[in-house]
Amino acid sequence: MRTPISHPPDFAARHLGPHADDVREMLEFVGCDTLDELMAETVPAGIRFQGPLRIPEGVPEAELLERLRVIASGNEVWRSYLGMGYSGTITPGVIQRNILENPGWYTQYTPYQAEIAQGRLEALLNFQTAVIDLTGLEIANASLLDEGTAAAEAMSMLYGQGRRRRGHVFLVAEDCHPQTIGVVRTRAEPLGIDVRTGPPEQFAFDREVFGALVQYPATDGCIRDYRSLCDAAHAAGSHVVVAADLMALALVTPPGEFGADVAVGNTQRFGVPMGYGGPHAAYIACGERFKRQLPGRIIGVSVDRHGNPALRMALQTREQHIRREKATSNICTAQVLLAVMAGMYSVYHGPEGIRRIAQRIRKQTATLALGLEQAGNAIVHPVFFDTLRVRPSAPAEDVLAAARTRRINLRDHGDGTVCVALDETVTPADLDDLLAVFGADASAVVLAASFEPEDYPEPFNRTSDYLRHPVFNSYRSETEMLRYIRRLESRDLSLTTSMIPLGSCTMKLNATTQMTPVTWPEFGQLHPFAPPGQARGYARIVAELGAWLAEISGLPAVSLQPNSGAQGEYTGLLVIRARHQALGQGHRDVCLIPSSAHGTNPASAVLAGMKVVVVRCDDRGNVDVEDLAAKAAQHSDRLAAVMVTYPSTHGVFEEEIRNICEIIHKHGGYVYLDGANLNAQVGLCRPGDYGADVIHINLHKTFAIPHGGGGPGMGPICTTAELAPYLPGHPVVPTGGESAIGPVSAAPWGSASILLISWAYIALLGRDGVTEATRTAILSANYMAVKLEEHFDVLFWWGSGMGRVAHEFIIDIRPIKKTTGITEEDVAKRLMDYGFHAPTIAFPVPGTIMIEPTESESKAELDRFCDALISIRAEIEQIELGIQDRQDNALKNAPHTAPDVMADSWAHAYTRAQAAFPAPWLRDHKFWPHVGRIDNAHGDRNLICSCTPIEAYADAGSGD
Amino acid sequence: MSHIPDGLKYTEEHEYLRDGDEPDIFVVGITDYAQGELGDVVYVELPEPGDAFGPMDTFGTIEAVKAVSDLYCPVAGEVVDINEALDDDPALVNTDPYGEGWMVTLRVDNPDDVEALMDGASYAAHIGE
Repeated sequence: MRTPISHPPDFAARHLGPHADDVREMLEFVGCDTLDELMAETVPAGIRFQGPLRIPEGVPEAELLERLRVIASGNEVWRSYLGMGYSGTITPGVIQRNILENPGWYTQYTPYQAEIAQGRLEALLNFQTAVIDLTGLEIANASLLDEGTAAAEAMSMLYGQGRRRRGHVFLVAEDCHPQTIGVVRTRAEPLGIDVRTGPPEQFAFDREVFGALVQYPATDGCIRDYRSLCDAAHAAGSHVVVAADLMALALVTPPGEFGADVAVGNTQRFGVPMGYGGPHAAYIACGERFKRQLPGRIIGVSVDRHGNPALRMALQTREQHIRREKATSNICTAQVLLAVMAGMYSVYHGPEGIRRIAQRIRKQTATLALGLEQAGNAIVHPVFFDTLRVRPSAPAEDVLAAARTRRINLRDHGDGTVCVALDETVTPADLDDLLAVFGADASAVVLAASFEPEDYPEPFNRTSDYLRHPVFNSYRSETEMLRYIRRLESRDLSLTTSMIPLGSCTMKLNATTQMTPVTWPEFGQLHPFAPPGQARGYARIVAELGAWLAEISGLPAVSLQPNSGAQGEYTGLLVIRARHQALGQGHRDVCLIPSSAHGTNPASAVLAGMKVVVVRCDDRGNVDVEDLAAKAAQHSDRLAAVMVTYPSTHGVFEEEIRNICEIIHKHGGYVYLDGANLNAQVGLCRPGDYGADVIHINLHKTFAIPHGGGGPGMGPICTTAELAPYLPGHPVVPTGGESAIGPVSAAPWGSASILLISWAYIALLGRDGVTEATRTAILSANYMAVKLEEHFDVLFWWGSGMGRVAHEFIIDIRPIKKTTGITEEDVAKRLMDYGFHAPTIAFPVPGTIMIEPTESESKAELDRFCDALISIRAEIEQIELGIQDRQDNALKNAPHTAPDVMADSWAHAYTRAQAAFPAPWLRDHKFWPHVGRIDNAHGDRNLICSCTPIEAYADAGSGD
Repeated sequence: MSHIPDGLKYTEEHEYLRDGDEPDIFVVGITDYAQGELGDVVYVELPEPGDAFGPMDTFGTIEAVKAVSDLYCPVAGEVVDINEALDDDPALVNTDPYGEGWMVTLRVDNPDDVEALMDGASYAAHIGE
């Protein structure tokens, strides 16, 4: 054989953990000769996909980056002064390189295992604190998906709050951002909320009105006094949501001080690139009295078993995975990585820095206003922060044309006025260009030297301070900042340490090459509402990725707008609903959901205006087809849809899936397929082929977008041609079907910049590689299941012979609990001492552990994880035999921290070495949990969700 | 084994009724078994005095760290009083479910309804103890 001189497409070998020898060994271990044989035993023959996927061959990594350079050049980064909730920002280099581009920060899972997530939990607490301080409200969560959905969530929250006694009208100021109004309208309609838009000064709060939304500053820059509006609302028992710009709040009176009940907004301009729409973290803040209704994840302070302060997610009973169809929000994935960045931007700049940036932006805006007025242009709103609405002396078209010749985007307000929104990237030269565009020949520097803006007049001037906590006042030098970031990073267990085998979460490799283009300026610096001609590179990514996802799912129409899996579910159901309405079947509102479904399913169905009817499952987690048929028949006239997960949440390829789809279709319903487990299907079977009408695809699971410690995610949907006309539209950038439902996200293609990651994943692996990934994921799961079967009860084997599992499997801890009192949580915490993140615990079956290894983990790593579990099983046996105490043992006391095992006294019946170094590899590399087992109840009974002085934690701890 | 005092009445949803200050007033709470299943209680949402409920209507919710459950009114009646101490210390439901951890007092519409509920032995059988 001669040495080839072209680069080999060898990315698959880097992506897949087990190499050829390993695969052979693993196959032998599970009793198969070939991977084909294992697939034949695993995937039901009736649904197997026969053809090769129409996806190109994989390409080498270096070649892919070259190709991306060409695609990037199709994007033109003009200077955009479009505003509307998106601003240019300067990402501090120390944050970009050490957080955004650092797998130690972007590969973690959501911090359910809080003891090994203290780093980003602290970073998120900083984010919440910054939001609380700047808005002047009492509590905040750790991010929502975007400003539009945050406003809609606030509306739902207030609606749920007043459901018993109040009306159904939600007033929305007409000068909110248009995409926010669009998303709010979309979300309101299925809930029966009547959205009325109008000028805020004319809002009338009668008994029908449960809430109102205003923008501050307004979309055209106007800063209004909403005090009397809030008073009027409260007098009528109603509530007010203020969509507010955090940067403006550094200078103007915050919503919490003029009577707002809730504040929402985008934190993008705190150092997060625009990325043609995202991802960015939105915030929501409110008064303490709403804490049990606040959507999304809240980080709260509690204590660990030693009484030391420890952070974890608080009040989880609010969330959809517990409340199911009673939830008022379906949000699951947040925007953790981006919230971390925005919080770090606050840490980096501190209160003086943020204020200086805001003052500079304001001075620049005032300078521009002065120059424009001197040249005969009129400034429509006299009180402004960063956005001017200008009535030019020349026709608006001429101004816009002059801007274009200088590669500048201005916002055409459509009524002869033009909006200009400035940001922290603007330079004096930029101001000169803007002045010239409007026919002013003044120099910005000269103008700026001629005046100084006074403080805002009463009642607009902010007098209260913010960001006083030491964390925002300690890390001014880059060295200190770098060390703070690294210190927090070291408290988090990410994929850079060990495998994270979370069932149903698919924690696979997030390859460096896939991540690389995200921060290129051509992709990162594009405003989401830049004219399409400036975004040809993105258009190509959107088209190619859409086509590939359609091919993989077997469903031809695609919307890349939904920003998370839950939002994909919601969008898919709205599309089904729109189709029923178009057919004159708008009364169809029953959604069948198996009892084994993830809690998000019923929550999404209710938000989409559907009634949930639960279908029984057998004790193996399979849909009870008889019950399904009976309920479909019983509700035949009203059947809207079924929501099924495939393979099931129990990790089983149900044989009956085709039959299930046929039953639903026979009764006039559509099949919604939850694509959380798509990683077991790619290239092997296609939802569209076996009867699904809609599927959402978690790009952050199957298609390699990193979990970011709890977001970003993306949940595009693929549908049949029949449903294509209803795919979501957008009020600013045309997209979607011809009978499109309203927007579900603020930006037309959701978090566009991370679509690059999934595009690159598929392009690198190619049609054979993506299929090989699935086959390897199934092999790895079966290998581990067989290996662990000797030591634990593995549930839900199926198929002929010795039985198979899909890409994940469940081990049962309940028998162990009966004999020893050891729970699945104890096993999860003990795994931390072995340097591992626990698998999914207590879902879908309480008292069990669900393991999903993915294709990216090597055989050595799979073996190491199995060894850890087997060793823990031996420790449990010591308890069974009475050698170790039922309460005081290495599992109940896990995880063990360094101060714990190095304390002067040690009063346990196992050794310090056994506590912290129970496996040989730990001598080589030890990950130390930063805190001991956390007391969740303590924190939920005493909610603290912002940074408070250490003494305050200690007081709270002793008061229990 | 959970504690199931004699002389109380029980529902299948794990509420209990015990005699109150007047013949038609009863104290309602959740059983020791129920608090054990829920785990550490962090919040109890209770109705207002004067609210009226039918049999098995939801009169409130109880939240633990990882579970939330509705509270069901065992028989038709009107709420006389609520246990405000649970606001500050919801853990009373865990530590003393039949005493300090009570939830509401209920003036029942028809005392005969109470007689129809399970006694301790039936409830023990219901929960398999």
